[in-house]
Amino acid sequence: MKIGVPKEIHPGEKRVATTPEAAEQLIKLGFTVSIESGAGVNADISDAVYQKVGVEIVNDAKTLWETADIVMKVRAPEQHPELGINEIDLLPTGGCLISFIWPAQNEELMNKLAAKGATVLAMDSVPRISRAQKLDALSSMANIAGYRAIVEAAQHFGRFFTGQITAAGKIPPAKVLVIGAGVAGLAAIGAAKSMGAIVRSFDTRPEVKEQIESMDAEFLMLDFKEEGSGTGGYAKTMSKEFIEAEMALFAQQALEVDIIVTTALIPGKPAPKLITEAMVKSMKPGSVIVDLAAEQGGNCELTEKNEVVVKNGVTLIGYTNLPSRLANQSSQLYATNLRHLLTDLTPEKNGVINVNMDDEVIRGTTVIKEGKITWPPPPPTLSVAPAAKAEVPKTVTAEKPAPSPLKQFLPFLVIGALLFWVGSAAPTAFMSHFTVFVLACFIGYQVIWNVTPALHTPLMSVTNAISGIIVIGALVQISSPTQIVMILAGLGILLASINIAGGFLVTRRMLEMFRK
Amino acid sequence: MSQSLVTMSYIVATILFILSLSGLSNQETSRRGNYFGMLGMAIAIFATVLSGAVTSYAILFSALAVGGLIGLFAAKKVEMTQMPELVAIMHSLVGMAAVLVGYANFMDPSTNLTGVEKTIHEVEIYLGILIGAVTFSGSVIAFGKLSEKISGKPLLLPARHWLNLGLLLGTVYLGYVFLHQTENGGGLYPLLGMAVLALLFGIHMVMAIGGADMPVVVSMLNSYSGWAASATGFMLNNDLLIVTGALVGSSGAILSYIMCRAMNRHFLSVIAGGFGTASGGEAAVVEGEVHPIDAEETARLLLDAKNIMIIPGYGMAVAQAQHTVNEITKFLRDKGKKVGFGIHPVAGRMPGHMNVLLAEAKVPYDIVYEMDEINEDWDKVDVSIVIGANDIVNPSALDDPNSPIAGMPVLECWKGDTTIVMKRSMASGYAGVGNPLFVKDNTRMLFGDANKMLQEVLKALKG
Repeated sequence: MKIGVPKEIHPGEKRVATTPEAAEQLIKLGFTVSIESGAGVNADISDAVYQKVGVEIVNDAKTLWETADIVMKVRAPEQHPELGINEIDLLPTGGCLISFIWPAQNEELMNKLAAKGATVLAMDSVPRISRAQKLDALSSMANIAGYRAIVEAAQHFGRFFTGQITAAGKIPPAKVLVIGAGVAGLAAIGAAKSMGAIVRSFDTRPEVKEQIESMDAEFLMLDFKEEGSGTGGYAKTMSKEFIEAEMALFAQQALEVDIIVTTALIPGKPAPKLITEAMVKSMKPGSVIVDLAAEQGGNCELTEKNEVVVKNGVTLIGYTNLPSRLANQSSQLYATNLRHLLTDLTPEKNGVINVNMDDEVIRGTTVIKEGKITWPPPPPTLSVAPAAKAEVPKTVTAEKPAPSPLKQFLPFLVIGALLFWVGSAAPTAFMSHFTVFVLACFIGYQVIWNVTPALHTPLMSVTNAISGIIVIGALVQISSPTQIVMILAGLGILLASINIAGGFLVTRRMLEMFRK
Repeated sequence: MSQSLVTMSYIVATILFILSLSGLSNQETSRRGNYFGMLGMAIAIFATVLSGAVTSYAILFSALAVGGLIGLFAAKKVEMTQMPELVAIMHSLVGMAAVLVGYANFMDPSTNLTGVEKTIHEVEIYLGILIGAVTFSGSVIAFGKLSEKISGKPLLLPARHWLNLGLLLGTVYLGYVFLHQTENGGGLYPLLGMAVLALLFGIHMVMAIGGADMPVVVSMLNSYSGWAASATGFMLNNDLLIVTGALVGSSGAILSYIMCRAMNRHFLSVIAGGFGTASGGEAAVVEGEVHPIDAEETARLLLDAKNIMIIPGYGMAVAQAQHTVNEITKFLRDKGKKVGFGIHPVAGRMPGHMNVLLAEAKVPYDIVYEMDEINEDWDKVDVSIVIGANDIVNPSALDDPNSPIAGMPVLECWKGDTTIVMKRSMASGYAGVGNPLFVKDNTRMLFGDANKMLQEVLKALKG
């Protein structure tokens, strides 16, 4: 099948859906790949590099869309500014489209695509299970956005991130508050931390506390009991009381911190308003707020989508194209995500995709199949269940019940009775041998416990050799006048001497090998 | 040679044997210990031969020479990976010798005892042959299993416990018949019948035990061969045999105990064979995604690591990978990395098996650690490599009370940064237990033959 990658037409969109590295892999899977001329230019990838790995360059978008069996894009289809035609109409009937779709927010787009009889895989709908991590484009993009958020903040922040003591005076470190510690939040924490800032973070989901602390940031605790974990590892809407407590915390933090990065999103809902106008006003002049939720309306009341504005001396950054601002890197990650998806789609490696709806990952990602809307998929269950697991180890460490006294002393009683019986019945000659036997057992016990475990194999072979001492038994019988006894004893000597020679020599061979 | 002189020689031999065993307490004194053992054996044999009781030198020396040569040849030729087989077959020889000596003694007309002493002597003969025969047939089966001539899977006959009990009762009954008949000078047939039962018992006992329980079986048979020698000593009124047999017997018993403890299994439950005697509920099913990697990525991980721990298992022995492992170790150590080996007590098919293999490959023994020495330090390990091991690195032994191996101490390698598991395929280990280690986020699976993959890793390291 033929994969077509058009140039992105959304204003400010610099990413491209495949890179030469990914395209090479796709060709290995049996596909042919064509790309619109100049599609990679904004991500610093020239047509020539694509051509080198065997990608066909197509000069106009229309031909590309029409000849492709599968179209891979970054952004959802929209009105083409140059051709004056919607990209949906360019898609051949019954074609296949893979891109970000946001089906919850774009009902109209979904219906139009369905009407075309298309098969659509939405990169924003990849289920959040561990098997699908390699094609989770949301995570890979969020990671970039989080990093870039700190870079943008640093750009607009008039001070150092790190603290220093110089001859010209002391520079205090910047204090950064990251709200929402998902993938983007954690990336922001990491970036801010590595620039030397003091980082605090807040999240409604208590299980991320450990992740925040593992990045050396401070987790802000809210003295309030309510779990914020929804299904699929995302957050859910909290109760009114919780939100009030949360807002109080933010209001207090706003007085202290220099930079706020907000990443709070609830799937399918407008972003929660966490930073009020009053809080912005209370911040120090020169402070920066980066609102990663600007696309969904913003976490801050004053954010303006796609703009950088200064209000009350505070810079508010509302860019929604942060991944696009690191176009080369994000193209690489996105292209790899797509490549993994196609690998899953073509198990036969024959260049023909198979949209297998029994596969949980493909099922979740496919939002329209052959004109039928299949979104939303059945909800994935959270793969980790911390509550259930915590109780298990207890049962393991539970102490065994102490054995009853009878059970404890029974062996001793039995042994005692046995010894008594032997002592009362056996003749003296036997008893002297028995004495030797018992003492030898004790010596053996003492000696063997001292043997280092590393030498257990040589121990076995040397005891093997020593147990060849049974040769003595055969030796004293060999001179018997009875023929049969002599033969038996002779055989005994033969067998035992194999043991003696073999055992000692192989032990020697082994011990020679043990070298420091 | 006078009887007292012979006895004195025996005392010297006994002391030399004890010194021989205590020499094994560390690697420096172990070689000397082995020579003590040889010396003791030589003294004992010479004293006996010269004692005057021996007159037929021709047959004696030819048997000694032939046997000695066979032993010499076997010791020269054996591969270190085949040590368990060699040890098992040598146990069977001791068992057989005990049986032969027992019969010879029974048929020897020169013993003239009466009353209780006669009865005791006959019980001693009976027991000596019994233990010897069990040791013999059990060891032969163990040899077959270890050399894979017989399937390593446990053979679980229906009502096997009843079968064992029946065999036991049969031997007791035959013993009664034997004692009864010897009063009239007979008794050979019950003695032969008992030997057959004992042979069957030995076969059945070891057949019911699976491959991974072999360390216990081998050490148990080691113990039996000692007890057989000891029983022969009682029969012949020979203290040297009694003492030496007791030393070997207790040595084997302690080894079996250590092995059982390392698997958190009761000795009796190992001997009874099969698994799952104590577990109540269903063991948790392992689910998740494995993360496969290739040799080059493995090499990269190793080059990035500072502290590396290698966990060898039976798979390393099977693939004969120990030499490649040593080359990788040497290369990494030359790069200034800390490389160690973590040995689980039951890794391999006999106690200390892995240590011998690593020693053969010239891995210095001071970087080979016991489980207890390293289990606290996994958080300092950057990369651990599991080579052909499964149950000994299974986390469910610790956190799943329903797992068949629950409570068994394991090497907790998942506490390190990254674990690379080398495995032929995703098949479960001997215990048939799924291993959650394989699907942990910090575990990477390197599939393929251990030796081949390690050679590729080595190539990637150097390249």
